[in-house]
Formats: sequence, C-alpha cells, structure tokens
Amino acid sequence: MEALTAIVIGVLTAGSVYLMLARNFMRFLFGLILLSNAVNLTIFASGRMTKGAPALVPYGEDAPLGIVGNALPQALVLTAIVIGFGLLAFTLALAFEGYRRMNTVDTDEMRFAEPKEDVTK
Amino acid sequence: MNSIIFTAAARLLVALLFVFSLFMLLRGHHLPGGGFIGGLIGAVAFIVYSLAAGPAEARLALRISPEVIAMVGLGIALLAGLFSFFMGDPFFTGQWYWVGGDSYETSVFSINTVLVFDIGVYLVVLGGILSLTYAFEEET
Amino acid sequence: MSWVLVMPIAVPFVTAVVAYLARNYPAGRWISLAGSALSLVASAVLMVAVLNEGVVAAQMSNWNAPFGITLVADYLSAVMVVITAITGLATAIYALGEIPEETESLGFYALFQVLIAGVTGAFLTGDLFNLYVWFEVMLIASFSLLVIGGGKERLDAGIKYVALNLVSTLVFLSGIGLLYGVTGTLNMADLREAVANAENQGLITVIAMMFMVGFGVKAAVFPLFFWLPASYHTPYFTISAVFAGLLTKVGVYALMRMFTLVFVGDVGFTHEILIWVSLLTMFTGVIGAAAQSDFRKILSFHIISQIGYMTLGLALFTPLALMGGVFYLVHHIIVKANLFFVAGLAKQYAGSTDLNRIGGLYKSAPLLAALFIIPAFSLAGFPPLSGFWAKYLIVKAALELDAWFIAFVSLLVGLLTIFSMTKIWGMAFWKPHPDGIDPTPDRAPARVTLAMMIPIIALASMTIVIGFYPEPFVQFAQTAAEQLLDPSDYVTTVLGVQP
Repeated sequence: MEALTAIVIGVLTAGSVYLMLARNFMRFLFGLILLSNAVNLTIFASGRMTKGAPALVPYGEDAPLGIVGNALPQALVLTAIVIGFGLLAFTLALAFEGYRRMNTVDTDEMRFAEPKEDVTK
Repeated sequence: MNSIIFTAAARLLVALLFVFSLFMLLRGHHLPGGGFIGGLIGAVAFIVYSLAAGPAEARLALRISPEVIAMVGLGIALLAGLFSFFMGDPFFTGQWYWVGGDSYETSVFSINTVLVFDIGVYLVVLGGILSLTYAFEEET
Repeated sequence: MSWVLVMPIAVPFVTAVVAYLARNYPAGRWISLAGSALSLVASAVLMVAVLNEGVVAAQMSNWNAPFGITLVADYLSAVMVVITAITGLATAIYALGEIPEETESLGFYALFQVLIAGVTGAFLTGDLFNLYVWFEVMLIASFSLLVIGGGKERLDAGIKYVALNLVSTLVFLSGIGLLYGVTGTLNMADLREAVANAENQGLITVIAMMFMVGFGVKAAVFPLFFWLPASYHTPYFTISAVFAGLLTKVGVYALMRMFTLVFVGDVGFTHEILIWVSLLTMFTGVIGAAAQSDFRKILSFHIISQIGYMTLGLALFTPLALMGGVFYLVHHIIVKANLFFVAGLAKQYAGSTDLNRIGGLYKSAPLLAALFIIPAFSLAGFPPLSGFWAKYLIVKAALELDAWFIAFVSLLVGLLTIFSMTKIWGMAFWKPHPDGIDPTPDRAPARVTLAMMIPIIALASMTIVIGFYPEPFVQFAQTAAEQLLDPSDYVTTVLGVQP
C-alpha cells in the first residue's frame, strides 16, 4: 500500500510540475491543485498506513480499543485541505478578475506591474 | 437554471438540507459531525437555492451579507475560547455545565463552550463559502 | 500565565471582527487604532514576562506538549512580537491618512488586523503545523491586502505574489509531512530531540533543505526572491510598509528558529549553503536596486539585500553572528517600514514615485528630507544610527572567523546601499523638479499629512535612540542569541510546563 501511495504521489507531483511550467496561469493553477493533493497524500502516508478502525473512543473508555488508524495525520490533512481550498478559491477568483481586467492569462504578457524597460533611453 | 423540476425540488431540498445542517452541528463533539461539516451542508442549501432562484434572490433569503455572518462567526468562536479566561483555565479549554446531572451519562443535556465554538465555526464556514460562491455567480 | 501569550494574538483578531462590523462607519478606523494600541500593551506585558522568566510557554486547551498546541516565547519571539505591535500601531496611524473610504468599507482594517494576528501567531507558536496555519492566516490576509483597491498593476502583482507564495507553502507543508513521518512529532521542542535521534540523518538533511526552500521563498533570499520586487511597489504605501517590515521577516524568523532549534545536526552542510545564499542575496539585491529608478522599487530590492545580512547572521552560527542577526532583524523592521512611509509622503507631496518625474522635495519639504536621511543612513550603516551597530556586529563576527571574503562582501554591499540612497536623495530631494515647479506640501489636507507624519517621526526617533543607546538592545540581542544556540531552557519549559 505504501509503495502504491508513493507512486501516486510521484505521478501527481510530476504532472503538477509539468503543468506549472506552462505560461498559462490557469494551467499553473491546476498544477498547484495537483501538487497540493500530492502534499496532502504525503502527510497522510507519513502517518503510516494501517488497517484499523476510526480512532473513536467508546463511552467509558480513556483510549480507543483495538487497532485504530493514526488520527493525527488525518486531522492535519483535513486542516490542510480546508486551508488549501480557501486559498485556491481565492486564487481562482483572482485569476478570473485578472483575466477580465488584463485580458490575458499568459503570464509573459502580464507586464503591468513591471513594464518592459525602454533600453534605447 | 431554467428547469421547473429543479426549481420545484429546490424548495424542498433547501429546507431539508438546512435542517440537516443544524442536526449535524448539534450532534457534533461526541458523534461525527460538528460545525465545519454542518456549515458546509448549510452552504450547500443556499447554493442550491441560488442556482434555482438566482444569486440576488438567495442573498435576500439570507438577509445578512455572508461576509458579516463569517466575521460574526469568527467573533463567536473567539469568545468561546476567551470564556475559559474567566474560569482560570488556558485558552480554548472547554467549559461544561451539565443540566440534570454531573457527567455525560447522567445529565439530560449540557451547556458548553465547545458547542458555542462549533456554532462560530458553522457561521464562518457558511458565510465564507457563500460569499465566495455568490461572488462567482454574480460575476458570470 | 497562558494569557500573556494568547492576548497578543487574540486582541488583533477581536479587533478585526469589530472593525469589520463597523467598516462603513468612521468608528471602524478608530477601533482599528485602539486595537493596535491594545496589542502593543499586550505584547509589552509579554515582554515583561519574558524578561522576568527567560522563556514563557503555555499549552492551549490543557493538552500537554507534545500533543497539544504550545505557545512559547523566548527573547527572540518576544522582541519580534513587540516590534510587530509597534509596526502595527505605526501603520494603523499611517492608514488614517492614506486609505480612502471605499477601501475602508471593503474591510481594509479587518484584513490588516488579521495580518498582524497571523504574523504574531507565527512568532509565538511552538508547533510546526500551527506555524503553517499562521503562515496561511498571514498569507490570505496579505493576498487580499495586495489587490485591494483593484487596478491592472495590483492584479498583475497579486497573481505573481500569490502563485509563488503558494508554491513555497506547499514545499513547506510537504516538509512537515515528511518530518512527521520520520520523527512522529511536530512540537518544535520535542523535534529537537527526535531529529537528533533519528536513524536516517541523510533524510533529515533533505527535509531541512525543503524547509530552507519553503522559508527562503517567504524570506525572499536568492534565488527565490522574484515575487518581491514584482509586487511590493503596487499596493497602498501603508500596505507596502507593513509587508516590507514584517512579512519577509517572518520567513527569516522561521529560518532562525528551525535552523537553531531543530536542524543543527549537519551544520557544516546546511549552514554553508546558507552562507552562500546570504552573500548572493545581499549582492543581487543591492545590484538590482542600482538598476531601478522608482522610489519603491529601489526600496524593495534593498529589502532583499538586507535579508541577506540577517540570514548571514544565522549562517555564520556563532554567538556574535546570531546576536547581530537578531539585532539586524529588529533594526531593519523599523527602518524599512519607515522608508516606505517616507515614500508615501513623498508621493503625496510630489505626485509620483518615479524618480525621473519628481524632485525639489528638499526645498519645499525640508522636514521630510531630514526624516528620510535618518532611516536611509541607518539602512546603509552610518554611525551612530542603528544600522551601523547591526552591520558592525555581523562584520565583526565574520572577522572573528577569519572569513575575510564575507566581511568584504558585507562592507561592499553597505557601500552600494549608500549609492542607492544617495540616488533617491539626489533625484527626489536635491535636484529641482523636472517640470520646474515646486512640490507643494500643502496639497494634501493637514489631517492627512499629520497622520502620515506621526509614524515617520516616531520610527525615526526609535532609530536614533537605538543608535545612541545600543547597549540595552545589544545585551538583549546577546541573550536572545545565547537562547538560540543553547535552547535547553526552551525545550524544558515547553515539555515540562504544567498547565
């Protein structure tokens, strides 16, 4: 299971790097989403893969009974997913607004903050 | 979306989803559920409504602007954390008051800061997601 | 005890909520101002506690370390929190003059307070994942602040800033994941032990490099700084100033914390890389600044160049060098924020920040000229201003190690900094206005000028005070450096504290 997860993470990362090298900002963004999924999987896998029940404590006990999954990476991944979701939603809105104002998603053509210098001057 | 079936079904769905979101909110802490998932389901209810009736109508149905809901939620969540200050405990320590008993098993129900915090989270998630989706829907 | 640590974070958050609800009324800005003043009080209380006890720690929600979230403040954290609060208050005053009402009603003050809360949280947390969360709080607020007010330039800058910062966040996050996989803990004090005892030290070094890249992007070190000069010159001056003062310094702080507390197993490798990174950062930053002819762009490149000095202090890894790094950090926040404030007022007077299109400010606004000289000379390292002592400590640390080349580069970069500062001085203040007119200080209403002048004067006087009485500050930095190099106090306070 670990090997499979590692391969999936590798494939996701490779795909995201390919996408992020594009000049098109939307492609970059999709690459970022893939990468964030790869990272979340990394955290999840780092808690070790165990076949166990959810880490819930029954009534009257202080600790869960039997073999349970490691709950901490799950909590971390959940937090990371939520935060990533918020950031990506914001970035998407920003890209959309940027496209409406600048009329391009090509990052090479976005030269408004740093206009090309007139070298002849 | 111009579909009579969807519009008719939406009315039912919205009410159902919203009640379900409150159910999820209240059963949290001891059982799976809680403010975050409740807020998501509540947001889905309003998103369904805005798909059926348009974002302008959905904003009216919400009455308060989603950004304000989110900020009020943040305030409530913070107050729940700050409350333990007055009880002499560290930040965000849960404060429990059992009604009709002195523990989970014997009491009828409890009043606690954990639920208050969850309500805050519920409002933050509801407001945050709705402000995003409304903005997107109005743009297009 | 725990409240001392919580208040500097909680106060800005509560202020943000209240200020957002009052965003359409003039009361909103006064609430923000009052909140900033309160956070200064809260951070001063924290400072007193740290001065009395050395290291202060608290476990949130009664969950003991290393399982719960720990807030911890040693000398470095405490001084960073105080300086954040000071910058926050200065910026809140400055915003009264610059921020228009439309922007206020978009929730500017709420975002600003959330930013301050995020920065403070990052300085105070003792848990690695919590540090990530604070980074995100800070980032999402900074994204919004950067593009608030709209316009092509801001959107363009925002897209580049957001994209590169998100990548760095993901690198940082995967570093956290791998570190958890190796050690099974994310509490920074606990990590020190766990990392030292880890079987696979090679993997630890790989993870250390991931952290260096992740924090390096935030700190804008060579070659990861490209987002900074692409974005810092576009937003409101208020926002530029607070970004320039605080955001990159969070990256430097995180580097200092991680590479003194956790990743000290392979100093010969990691810190050697950091030395070269620092030297290149210093040099490229200052060369980049020489090529610019816009007030804020020059200042942006100088942030990069100065970051190099701070990371150099860390990289040399001697008590004296770290002491210089800490001193530099504090001095730089004050000076850099102040220079951006001055740039804002210069634009208010002369109508532009393009140095080719303005001039004559010395004649028409001598007070502003004098106030520019103080932080500018301090930045370049003129005695007896604060920057001189900061550079002196770093260069002396390099000389003690017989690292002549490092000392030479530090001095050379200082010299080139003077060149840029004289360029601004000559073109904005000294030469006559290209259109043959006098920039009129009374173009802006008196209320605006006053609100913008107060923080400039306050920060400039702080620079002078630190310059003339460096003794207590240097001693403080020395204790901070000792705590960084020998964090046993930090570790026992975090792991042994009973809630």
